[in-house]
Amino acid sequence: MVRTQTNTHTVRYDCCSTWSCLCIYITRFRCFSSSHFLSTHLSPPPLSLSFSADGNYLLSCGSDKSLKLWSVSRGTLLKTYSGHGYEVLDADGSYDNSQLCSCSSDKTVILWDVATGQVTRKLRGHAGKVNCVQFNEEATVILSGSIDGTVRCWDTRSRKFDPIQILDEAQDGVSSLKVSEHELLTGSVDGRVRRYDLRMGQLHVDFINSPITCVCFSADGQCTLTSSLDSTVRLLDKSTGEMLGEYTGHKMKGYKLDCCLSSKDTHVLSCSEDGHVYCWDLVEGSLMLKLPVGKAVVQSLSFHPSETRLLTAMEGRVQVWGAEPEETEEEVVVVQQEKA
Amino acid sequence: MASDSDSDGDFVTFGTPLEPLEEDEPLRKPVPLYEQTVKDEKGRYQRFHGAFTGGFSAGYFNTVGTKEGWTPATFVSSRQQKAGRQNARPEDFMDEEDLGDHGIAPRQITTTADFASGRKDVIRDKARAITSLSAPIPGDTVLEDLVAPARSSMGVELLRKMGWKDGQGVGPRVKRRLCKQRADSATRAFGSASPPNGSSESQDEEDGEFVPENVTFAPKDVTPIDFTPKVDLHGLGYRGLNPLAALRGGPGAGHINLFTMDSDRTNSLFGEDRKGQRRRGGVAGQGFGVGAMEDDDEDIYHRDIMSNYDTVLGGEEPGNGLYGWTAPQQYNRKKKDHSKDAAYLGKILEGFTLASDKLETKTIFPPPNLPRDFRPVHYFRPVVDLSSVSPMVAQALQTSRGHMAQEEPSKGGRHQLDSAQRRELLGEATLQGPSSVFDLLKVEDRERLSSLRRPSSDTSSGPRQPTPGEARAAVVAAGVAAAAARASAQKALSSRFAPHAEQQQQEALSVWSGPTAQAQTGQTFKPFERTPHKQARYDLYIDQLKQGDRDALELSLDPTMTEWERGRERDEFVRAALLYKPSSSSLSCRFTRGKQDDGVEADTVEVTRDQENDVDDKQAAVKMKMFGKLTRDTFEWHPDNLLCKRFNIPDPYPGSGFVGMPKVKRDKFSVFNFLTVSESPTASASPAPQGVKPSEPGKRSRWDVSGQAGDKERKEKDPVSEFLSVARIEASGSGPEASTTDGPTTDPTVEPDTEQKEEEEEEESRPSMDLFKAIFASSSDEKSSSSSEGESEEEEEKEEGVRSKAGTGPQISNQLNVNTTQPAPPVSTTPSQHPDILFKTPSGPAAAPPPRDQEMEEEEFGPRLPPPSSTLTAERRPSPTPSAKDDKHKKKCKEKHKAKKHGKHKKDKKQKKKHKRHKHKGKQKKTKKEESSDSSSEGSDGNGQEDGEEGGGVSTEELLRRLKSIRGKNLQ
Repeated sequence: MVRTQTNTHTVRYDCCSTWSCLCIYITRFRCFSSSHFLSTHLSPPPLSLSFSADGNYLLSCGSDKSLKLWSVSRGTLLKTYSGHGYEVLDADGSYDNSQLCSCSSDKTVILWDVATGQVTRKLRGHAGKVNCVQFNEEATVILSGSIDGTVRCWDTRSRKFDPIQILDEAQDGVSSLKVSEHELLTGSVDGRVRRYDLRMGQLHVDFINSPITCVCFSADGQCTLTSSLDSTVRLLDKSTGEMLGEYTGHKMKGYKLDCCLSSKDTHVLSCSEDGHVYCWDLVEGSLMLKLPVGKAVVQSLSFHPSETRLLTAMEGRVQVWGAEPEETEEEVVVVQQEKA
Repeated sequence: MASDSDSDGDFVTFGTPLEPLEEDEPLRKPVPLYEQTVKDEKGRYQRFHGAFTGGFSAGYFNTVGTKEGWTPATFVSSRQQKAGRQNARPEDFMDEEDLGDHGIAPRQITTTADFASGRKDVIRDKARAITSLSAPIPGDTVLEDLVAPARSSMGVELLRKMGWKDGQGVGPRVKRRLCKQRADSATRAFGSASPPNGSSESQDEEDGEFVPENVTFAPKDVTPIDFTPKVDLHGLGYRGLNPLAALRGGPGAGHINLFTMDSDRTNSLFGEDRKGQRRRGGVAGQGFGVGAMEDDDEDIYHRDIMSNYDTVLGGEEPGNGLYGWTAPQQYNRKKKDHSKDAAYLGKILEGFTLASDKLETKTIFPPPNLPRDFRPVHYFRPVVDLSSVSPMVAQALQTSRGHMAQEEPSKGGRHQLDSAQRRELLGEATLQGPSSVFDLLKVEDRERLSSLRRPSSDTSSGPRQPTPGEARAAVVAAGVAAAAARASAQKALSSRFAPHAEQQQQEALSVWSGPTAQAQTGQTFKPFERTPHKQARYDLYIDQLKQGDRDALELSLDPTMTEWERGRERDEFVRAALLYKPSSSSLSCRFTRGKQDDGVEADTVEVTRDQENDVDDKQAAVKMKMFGKLTRDTFEWHPDNLLCKRFNIPDPYPGSGFVGMPKVKRDKFSVFNFLTVSESPTASASPAPQGVKPSEPGKRSRWDVSGQAGDKERKEKDPVSEFLSVARIEASGSGPEASTTDGPTTDPTVEPDTEQKEEEEEEESRPSMDLFKAIFASSSDEKSSSSSEGESEEEEEKEEGVRSKAGTGPQISNQLNVNTTQPAPPVSTTPSQHPDILFKTPSGPAAAPPPRDQEMEEEEFGPRLPPPSSTLTAERRPSPTPSAKDDKHKKKCKEKHKAKKHGKHKKDKKQKKKHKRHKHKGKQKKTKKEESSDSSSEGSDGNGQEDGEEGGGVSTEELLRRLKSIRGKNLQ
């Protein structure tokens, strides 16, 4: 395995005096990437990333119709799951890492068995490309949002191939989807963020007026993060729909790019079409960091569920960014492992 | 020791105990396969030899040597002593295995042959005897027997000493008669398998006629029964092919009978049965040709004849040649009588005996003789109670019977049962509703009918002469009754339109106290199903109505409720009682409701009930970054039950019949659909189906849905509509404003949505819906929409009756809420009416910008399409006298004033927005504080920023609150 250490740069910033306790001292991001990342996923544009639930693995899906499972710490390819007929657009792992679900342009959603790499179930029903897919907490339901404007809830327990329910409230394609314990957050191209509250039996629709590219729940479950094609990331209060923060500066005009919150809800991160990852302080709304990833569009990013690690995807290359407090011991260890 | 043995005796130990596990003993590695070898006690490898050598190793590692080398164990050095002569015993050459339990010389105590059970010997003896007979030289084993030492077991010796002789049975001696019988039975049972000497003896005895008195005989010997179980699948008595018999040539051995009996076989062994067949010495048979000594050479090659085989399945009757013909019983029996014993003699299977007593045959009695003139068809003569049937029928029956039926009807056939009797016989449940058409009539109608009928029945007194005119009269009477019923229904309908409550109550009483209602036991329709308490009260009311109680209403109402609530409920009950009065319900119970609405509603589409608010407003709000209430819509949404199960969440709407957003039916091709409408115009135009709809079980109407889901909304809404109706009733009485009430009126309460906050603002600014209807709608639509005011009132009242889900408890507080937080659905909008309405409607704050505003907005935004709901809401209401309203709703005054103020203040849109926002804040807070409504809270919220800060109290997180405060500062 050839591992190239592409760039090591130090980013320093002055943290806000009032929120110093909450800030992470991200002094150095080191990027390590492997060349086979590049070789495996050939064509860049539709590439999505996600950490597994425990953050040890990462899942990348690309336009080579396959899904790849990587070990985050070692950077090794663990398994390739192929079975889709077109480019894979999104994937998610179950809480116990035993199952994967992925969706593709071939209008199908596939449930995979992680260990064997076999297709457990292939769910057809969407009328168009399936943009996003997500397990619920217990991996009993797969939720998939499609360009046909529906969200379909597939049952993984029964053998039925019909969805449990079809949420067709969106007036345009569903671009993003997140599931919490009892809520379902969907972002649609019709410029609305819909939150289905299963416990209350209510649907809350927030109007954003711009096609939504990505929605997220905050870790505390009180807020939702929404990025839209007006180059704005908004933090909305979940219960009232009021805007708590607005983060701008990046460029998001045409691509469906991701945004996310850091693991402790302290920072807001978003992809940008100018090849950077923008990182704002959540409370201040000020740009904390502009992380240059490359020259092309940063297509996807994902934040580690517990540690300060960041995944970025650009042009078929996945990069893992880690924060070092001051010393670089951890990273050095990682690098040595890579070399060995 | 004894105690030890005792304690040991308590337990039984099997096997060798496992070695006790030691704690810190290292785990032993499992022995690999190649080391798992079999060794004997001495550690020698057990070599497994071939199949013939028995599989044990011999010698020392399969050698003749020993451990010390090849030195005989008997070698003794001759220097000290000479080797003594040794007699080698067989055991000297045996291994340990041979001396073991399973070896050839086991070293353990066994019974020797002398003491062993002699049974084996007996069998062997018998076999030897048989073979001796069938041997080439008959009796050649006799010599062997003579020569061989008599070996008999100890038991036999003892028996002999006791006087037993071979061939006798064991037991006390018996008299001759018994002995003979025994002998006979024994011969029969076991055939000639018994020893030949015994049988001959018995035969000898049989021959003798002399029966001495005091001579006893030994009992007959009994051949042991062979208890070997039958394990094969062959038929009973099957012996398989005997190769000896097959190869035995000769003319007699033509056909091989596989099922020859034992006796045959033994007989053949004895050489008795085959006539002319001699035992030949030497080899003979099919393959060997004819020897020189043979006489006959005719049948060298064995030829089997097909006649030896059965060609008919099941075989033929043996013996008699009566193929297929069942002979008379006597013939059979007689023939069997003498042939039976002989036929079965020696042919009984092993282990079977001939039954001593015959089987008892079942006595079958012949069927009774039928009389000659019996016809096997039965028909039941109808026996009719002449008094109960119409004379015509009675006459017809009589003539059909051919005689006058004078006898009393004793037992009815099925033709004379009426439906009720038949139902009882069949055990069916009684049909709900009246059983007769006459039950549907009102009391007075029925009386009139009966009075009509009486003269005719009077004329036909006496011997019940059937008059054809009578039946016709009955038909006419039925027609009259139907007409009367129609008239009464019409009357009831018209009476419902009369606003007078007293009259309605009377009507309800008269309707429900009739016998129709009495007969109707199970009340099917429950209008207040949503609120069980209310339904209980309603049931009570109905019960008392049935009993004819005059003040049923007052009794059934809850005394703990407020006067206003009671008044409201009173109205509702009366209306509901009238709507679902027994006649209609009894009729309806005879019909099954269709699963799908067809025909009329075929050209409707399902549209989501809850419509989103105006997008323009939201866009403006987004532009101003005023996210929150302006940009948020909250809808009722029903998740699938299974989805809830999968998410481990209780179903928020258990029993909800649908999933997703609640839907309503809309006219498919109506222009009004495509406006932001919340209510189909047809719903208000056609009240009758509306009245039926709520009880529809399969498809839920909108009312059900909203009643179920937005319970709170309903609570909030109902007081409003109630209040409006009251106000209108009063106004219609007072008169002066009645002139303003012309024109199309629709029901304000039809408006279901309380979420449409922004929309109402827009509605005000649009032209009224009837303008659009005048342009677009057909004339029939127009007619329906421009129905009279009274009708619209009726509709509303009815709908209120139907929609019975209003909460009963917190209505007063709800009322306040409506004023403050709830933009009321009915918004009225004619410019001339405006101030009045503002003052009148409890939903003042949300409603009614000044007319100027409307015009301005129209100019600004061009001709925007109006929402159809504006027609619905653009009802010109008669303004009630303020005093009357103040009587009941003093609490609203504050809000109303405020509303007025708001209405005046709305000059430009921006300001309006602000107000709106402020209102929403108020509402939001209301809902959060669980209806603890006080006007102070909303009075305080003067501007949006403060609201934002307050609204932040929702999230408990300090971080968020601080964040919001920062944001608020920024905005300011």
